[in-house]
Amino acid sequence: MTLLIKNGRLVDPANNIDEVCDVLLENGKVFKVAKKIKANAAQVIDAQDKIVMPGIVDMHVHLREPGREDKETVSTGTRAALKGGVTSVLAMPNTMPAIDSPENLQLLKGIIKRTANANVFIASAITHGRNGRELVDIRRLKKEGAVAISDDGSSIDSDQVMSEALKIAKIEKILVICHSEDRALSDRGVVNLGFTSTRMGLRGISKESEYRRVARDIELARKCNAPVHITHLSCRESVEAIARAKQRGVRVTADTAPHYFSLSEEDVWSFNPNRKINPPLRGKADLKAIREGLKDGTIDAIASDHAPHTENEKDIEFERAEFGTIGLETELAVSITELLHPGLLEWKELVAKLTLNPANILGVEKGKLAIGCDADLIVVDPDQQWNVEKQGFLSRSKNSAFIGKILKGVVEYTIYKGKIAYQRRA
Amino acid sequence: MCLLNMDTVWTKKDLLGLEDLSREEIEHILNTVDSFKEVSTREIKKVPALRGKTVVNMFYEPSTRTRVSFEIAAKRLSADVINITSETSSVRKGETLIDTGRNIEALKVDIIVMRHNYSGAANMLASHLRASVVNAGDGWHEHPTQALLDIFTLKEKLGQIKGLHVSIIGDIAHSRVARSNIWGLTKLGAKVIVCAPKLLIPAGIEEMGAEVTDDIDKALHNADAINVLRMQFERDEKAAFPTQLEYFKAFGITEERLEKAKKDIVIMHPGPINRGVEMSSEVADGANSVILEQVTNGIAVRMAVLFLVAQANESISKDAR
Repeated sequence: MTLLIKNGRLVDPANNIDEVCDVLLENGKVFKVAKKIKANAAQVIDAQDKIVMPGIVDMHVHLREPGREDKETVSTGTRAALKGGVTSVLAMPNTMPAIDSPENLQLLKGIIKRTANANVFIASAITHGRNGRELVDIRRLKKEGAVAISDDGSSIDSDQVMSEALKIAKIEKILVICHSEDRALSDRGVVNLGFTSTRMGLRGISKESEYRRVARDIELARKCNAPVHITHLSCRESVEAIARAKQRGVRVTADTAPHYFSLSEEDVWSFNPNRKINPPLRGKADLKAIREGLKDGTIDAIASDHAPHTENEKDIEFERAEFGTIGLETELAVSITELLHPGLLEWKELVAKLTLNPANILGVEKGKLAIGCDADLIVVDPDQQWNVEKQGFLSRSKNSAFIGKILKGVVEYTIYKGKIAYQRRA
Repeated sequence: MCLLNMDTVWTKKDLLGLEDLSREEIEHILNTVDSFKEVSTREIKKVPALRGKTVVNMFYEPSTRTRVSFEIAAKRLSADVINITSETSSVRKGETLIDTGRNIEALKVDIIVMRHNYSGAANMLASHLRASVVNAGDGWHEHPTQALLDIFTLKEKLGQIKGLHVSIIGDIAHSRVARSNIWGLTKLGAKVIVCAPKLLIPAGIEEMGAEVTDDIDKALHNADAINVLRMQFERDEKAAFPTQLEYFKAFGITEERLEKAKKDIVIMHPGPINRGVEMSSEVADGANSVILEQVTNGIAVRMAVLFLVAQANESISKDAR
């Protein structure tokens, strides 16, 4: 089985390539990359004027299976991923049951094996039932295939438990991912604290609740000399904390989500529950700081925090609605529209944040297109404009914060394991 | 009074808050109130403006005065009125707000007046229905008809709003009345000061256009009017103030305090009053108090609002046809 992608502009930050190149795929691997390839390939894609890049590695995705198949499944989530140009996801462990034991991880692995349409990496919980108290058997879960550990939405309050986790994770060489939030401070809040919470008459989530916990997580990582990854940065102070830590040599990495560099608190003033997200959409100055953090490298990666919820959980009174937006099918287009076209990031920088950097942070062999690499790549029309519509989503849930927006950038082909796994209908 | 002119200023099918309204729209409502106020002084207190229309009062929170005021307003416009409270509705059976709204709409109801404990509930309902939605108070968010009747009363007493100093005193953090008043008064050119114990001043309120103080004497000094809010001691919140008596000592409006204020200061309260907490009985019943006039004006204000949204909705559905 061979597939030749011709005339595309190949962007492969791992090999410092940004030029028109042909790519030949064979048996699920990259076989050849060269200016002109003459080959009798079974299939040929003409990628003239298109971008050819590694498939996106999205390191923060909620597939909801097992337990909440009404919101999303491994099958529907990975199908949505392919449409969005995402060939690898990291599945978060806040399922029902949580991925906190070898048995539960085995269960999920079985589901993935049977139903996944794209590559699914697994993050296990750090504590049992994500209760913040008793550590899981990190060593065994790593052995079973978990590539990261995270209690996700439930940040571990105890410094001692967190330190223990970091120490073991360091020994086992597994990444700790932190949703840094001090819930004693964010106490029942639903939108950014300040003018927004006040004008909407809602409880606020302070930036402090985030950046103080970011600082704590960094400090513990420094003490344990262990790597730590902070996910979905939303505010200026968090970006500054990461930048300072990196300067001091702490082994910290960070990602942000597309909604934090494209939307701000004003976008929630209409009480749109799809824009009720945790951490909340912040102020204009925060949005600017997130963009600058992406530009100067403080923020290493972009991840969607794809958080599917049913209409029953979203199309209700704002305060009762669940937190989160889906993101797999919009993250590339939002990134192109908000970061690339305005000139904030160049192609190589943007592609690195979507592919190579998250792969490196997770320690997985993805996000590059050298000979012998997995043939997971996408062909993108970067200028094609589209309207984000509810009916257009493949995800089982439709709760996108971007519905109604006009974006630029469309995935033409998603190639997974050397085969065309998604093709845009003409 | 001419009710036949098609409205060009007011085109909204809903009244959700004063934040969404322009100065012109607020002034237009106030002018419309003028023409309805006279109706309540007639021997036969009824006009046919909403004859054949159905108004449903949907109250998810206990309320007497607002609900009764809306009911009287709708009846004086000759509308048919039905009252639903959360105790008697299918909310108890787990129906969602949107489903309840759609069912009521399917009964060919023209206007839903809703009081709800969640902020933004009226906005959500309005976006899902063709029927008009009038917000009768949502969470801590807005209570537009209360602010309109406060502003109308002020205008009656003092002539115009522009240039007035109005102080809003009390639990600002949890008050939809305060928020709607700040939007409305500042849009009309008044200077607004909010005064409360520090814990009851919500973050970022200055950005709404209000000045902030926790000094009651400063709030009274030079004020043309004060709007004194109810202290909601029944709330399940972390105690922002130790006791009712402490609050009265520090923030209560008394004749003694008023000695330093303007002689003709207008004193308002959205009710129900906690006598001896927000203000003394002498002040509540005193010459400067307009509390009962507010209640009377509330009817005309709500008549105007019901009339305007019904009229706008009619022309919207005509355009759609």
